Amino acid sequence: MPAVQETIDQVRQIDVDQYKYGFETTIEVEKAPKGLSEDIIRFISAKKSEPEWMLEWRLDAYRRWLTMEEPTWARVNYPKIDFNDIYYYAAPKGTTGPKSLDEVDPELLKVYEKLGIPLKEQEMLAGVQKSKIAVDAVFDSVSVVTTFKEELKKAGVIFMSISEAIREYPDLVKKYLGSVVPPTDNYYATLNCAVFTDGSFVYVPKGVRCPMELSTYFRINEKNTGQFERTLIIAEEGAYVSYLEGCTAPQRDENQLHAAVVELVALDEAEIKYSTVQNWYPGDKHGKGGIYNFVTKRGDCRGKNSKISWTQVETGSAITWKYPSCILRGDGSRGEFYSIAVSNGHQQIDSGTKMIHLGKNTSSRIVSKGIAAGVSENTYRGQVSAHRKAENARNFTQCDSLLIGDKCGAHTVPYIEAKNSTAQFEHEATTSKISEDQLFYCLQRGIPTEAAIALIVNGFVKEVIQELPMEFAVEAQKLIGISLEGSVG
Amino acid sequence: MLEIKNLHARIAEDGTEIIRGLNLTVKAGEVAAIMGPNGSGKSTLSYILSGREDYEVTEGEILYNGENILELEASERAAKGIFLAFQYPVEIPGVATMQFLKVAMNEQRKYRGEDELTTPEFMRRVKEAAAELKIAPEMLRRPLNVGFSGGEKKRAEILQMALLEPKLCVLDETDSGLDIDALKIVADGVNALRSPDRAVIVITHYQRLLDYIVPDTVHVLYKGQVIKSGDKTLAHELEANGYADIIEAAA
Ligand SMILES: Nc1ncnc2c1ncn2[C@@H]1O[C@H](COP(=O)(O)OP(=O)(O)OP(=O)(O)O)[C@@H](O)[C@H]1O
Ligand SMILES: [Mg+2]
Repeated sequence: MPAVQETIDQVRQIDVDQYKYGFETTIEVEKAPKGLSEDIIRFISAKKSEPEWMLEWRLDAYRRWLTMEEPTWARVNYPKIDFNDIYYYAAPKGTTGPKSLDEVDPELLKVYEKLGIPLKEQEMLAGVQKSKIAVDAVFDSVSVVTTFKEELKKAGVIFMSISEAIREYPDLVKKYLGSVVPPTDNYYATLNCAVFTDGSFVYVPKGVRCPMELSTYFRINEKNTGQFERTLIIAEEGAYVSYLEGCTAPQRDENQLHAAVVELVALDEAEIKYSTVQNWYPGDKHGKGGIYNFVTKRGDCRGKNSKISWTQVETGSAITWKYPSCILRGDGSRGEFYSIAVSNGHQQIDSGTKMIHLGKNTSSRIVSKGIAAGVSENTYRGQVSAHRKAENARNFTQCDSLLIGDKCGAHTVPYIEAKNSTAQFEHEATTSKISEDQLFYCLQRGIPTEAAIALIVNGFVKEVIQELPMEFAVEAQKLIGISLEGSVG
Repeated sequence: MLEIKNLHARIAEDGTEIIRGLNLTVKAGEVAAIMGPNGSGKSTLSYILSGREDYEVTEGEILYNGENILELEASERAAKGIFLAFQYPVEIPGVATMQFLKVAMNEQRKYRGEDELTTPEFMRRVKEAAAELKIAPEMLRRPLNVGFSGGEKKRAEILQMALLEPKLCVLDETDSGLDIDALKIVADGVNALRSPDRAVIVITHYQRLLDYIVPDTVHVLYKGQVIKSGDKTLAHELEANGYADIIEAAA
């Protein structure tokens, strides 16, 4: 099978030369000492000038975490993490929090420019439409700048780093933080509660449609440093917001931990659209290095007829453990999960969603597209459940896997549970393979192997790409192509 | 245009020899018909010509416009003008026919150092060619070959050929599965491409197609060799008498 063999060889090469965000920046940093203890937590809290209640919240979580066990049910393998061998706080010197654009270290601005993220408050040229995108830039443990803050404020929208929000809007934070993902939720989420350093805070008041796309770009730069981001988005009655997160990291031989918690709250008639383009460093061709991406993301459709939609394009990380979920609490609420998970080389992905139907007439839709190449393992794990009181719950799940080569694996693990007899859950799953016949057919038409794979894969994921904000759809498509390429980068 | 000299080829995986000392010359402007019993190696020859890597050439050479193409990738051969209309066109799920055409045309242009087609220019060409072949615009929006009927698949092959404007066209049993009207449409499509700088190889079992696409030469392939060549009357002879006499005479 020579044609396919060649493809396999090519995709196997995905590694260091491929990952174009792998550069390292030399910036003077201030770090907390290595390791985890109550003192370190006090250090982080003090660095962020947090109120006493926040510190107590962290310490409580830490004490609980000490009693917890690392979960092992996911289909991923990695050596035991030494949590005392990690730096929990690293910040570019002199940045205790975000500043105005002119005060930000030009070196930092350059980093984001190099990543293709302009932080100047200008209109981003994207496709046919010119649109403004507000950006929160998080570098290691701190947010370095948030753009368009003033303009958003005029519309009543609060968009700032979570550290700032804790100081400036303590009541809002207190009310919602941990209300979707409680500090006791799971091992990594609890760890995050104890040591989270930065992330974004979004509050859209009643009846307001957020006037621009919001986005956060996370960058892990320092060695041996974990990133523990915490994001909280609240959409009041009838509000709408679309938010996107992106992430990159330098190439490093050692694994780095990223354990985030994201909480979304949608009140009556509100809608939150949350998109992720996850492109952490995936490790080299031998499986050395790469980010461990252990993330808890959950949205609470708290109000009636509210809607939360997760769209994710996962191409990076050595290991991904991630299940953006929706609690459909409000009557008539709707949850959506659209996912593209690409694994290549030695990557391992165990990702999916949970749709928990609690209210009446709630509906959910899951479209998952997994693409596995190289010697990677790609698992979709999903749960759809209807509570006793969830009259007329509806779910549609479509789960498709595409294999490239014969050394990778794709797995689908759906859990379905209906405690109310009126629930209607549909599940469809397919597994296909890019065949040698298909590749030869494309080659014969003058389409080289890599372009042929990109063409077929992009056809496979089209449904999900359409869900991304237009400005990012093209980028995401390219990214998928690149992650599966062998030579071009 | 095409010179195949003493070609020996085997299946890469198990070493079975399929092409055993094949000689064939096709000149520019010529239409050559290749006929021969099932399993004689006709499709295999077309695959080897277009660079499928499942086969290993152990001896001989293939010269295309004087250049030995055996070292070229399949996509390079395509960009240089070799086109194969497949006996069994392959389904490409999720990729709209229109998009496939655009990528194929532009990849070939890129290889040849030409500019990409503008979208209006591309649309104009596709619409025109599709109309000639009586292909409905809806079909172009569907994923390539997915759920196409046998006849629609064959027509889609000819559409691609018309748009890619190859120099050497190999049609592998394009007539099979076509109704009388479609056969005529496809034959017209092929005849429209006939030109002094283009050669066509038609692989077929039936005289019927050759009534429409009249060949200049006819070659009989048997057990991986050309055992007899002639003009168009040879095809009539085969239609009337079958292969037995020719095979016997060659033995
Ligand atoms: N990849 C392969 N693996 C195994 N056998 C093969 C392969 N390719 C060709 N063959 C065998 O080689 C012989 C020639 O096949 P080929 O398809 O070229 O015949 P053909 O002349 O096109 O026949 P038909 O008229 O039926 O289309 C057959 O016996 C076929 O089974
Ligand atoms: Mg054949």
